Amino acid sequence: MRYIITFFILFLNWAIWSGKFDAFHLALGGISCLIVTYTTHDLLFERKQFSFKDITEVIRLIIYIPWLIYQIVLANIHVASLVLNPRMPIDPKMIRFKTKLKKDISLVTFANSITLTPGTITADITDGEYYVHALNKKVADDLLSGEMENRVAHVFMED
Amino acid sequence: MDIISIIFILAGTFFFATATLGLLRFPDFYTRMHATGKGDTLGAFLSLIGLALYNLHDGMSFDALLVSIKIMFIAIFMFVANPTATHAITKAGLDCKVEPWTKKESSQ
Repeated sequence: MRYIITFFILFLNWAIWSGKFDAFHLALGGISCLIVTYTTHDLLFERKQFSFKDITEVIRLIIYIPWLIYQIVLANIHVASLVLNPRMPIDPKMIRFKTKLKKDISLVTFANSITLTPGTITADITDGEYYVHALNKKVADDLLSGEMENRVAHVFMED
Repeated sequence: MDIISIIFILAGTFFFATATLGLLRFPDFYTRMHATGKGDTLGAFLSLIGLALYNLHDGMSFDALLVSIKIMFIAIFMFVANPTATHAITKAGLDCKVEPWTKKESSQ
């Protein structure tokens, strides 16, 4: 099953990037995708079995991304106002908090989401504890309210 | 279509400009990472959307659509790569024990 999915993803990528849809190029792509699928099929999907949950995760991730972009725009405007303010009212500090997330993929998604929303950077994750550098109190409070964490937990079904 | 893409590119340029201004104004290493690491992400994202739309301005031909999809792939790549790189540089700074600037120290 994962052979087929990996092959289709690779072949779709080939078709988009090559932009040529004649038989010669598609056959060439098919052969190379088969070889790459055979050698690297265990990198993209670790598990052998797929369940209905996986499809739900992908759909929820796609719903999560527009919300994330909206948050990024809001936070970017906030940071831009900080930069353009002549007095520059920033009060940076390191904050650390425990997380309830467990899976690697949800930890990485949450860490990258924190870094993407301006005002906060994930500096380190050790044993389920996040070290975050926050630009001022408002963004730190936004993060500690836990809304983003709950949404990530919802996406990867950990709530 | 042209006007929408111009708005997107202008907004992207605005965020690039604030990112650069932040790099110049902020006091230390970590706060500068805030300005550049993320203003750039949104700036590049908006500019690329603007370019992808502008690319379609004379008709939705198949080739033009393909080029726009490729541009959006670059945007998605930046969305994954940029926070990862920002995190890596910040962690390197933390490992080298660069002291974060705080407001209290500056008032002493």
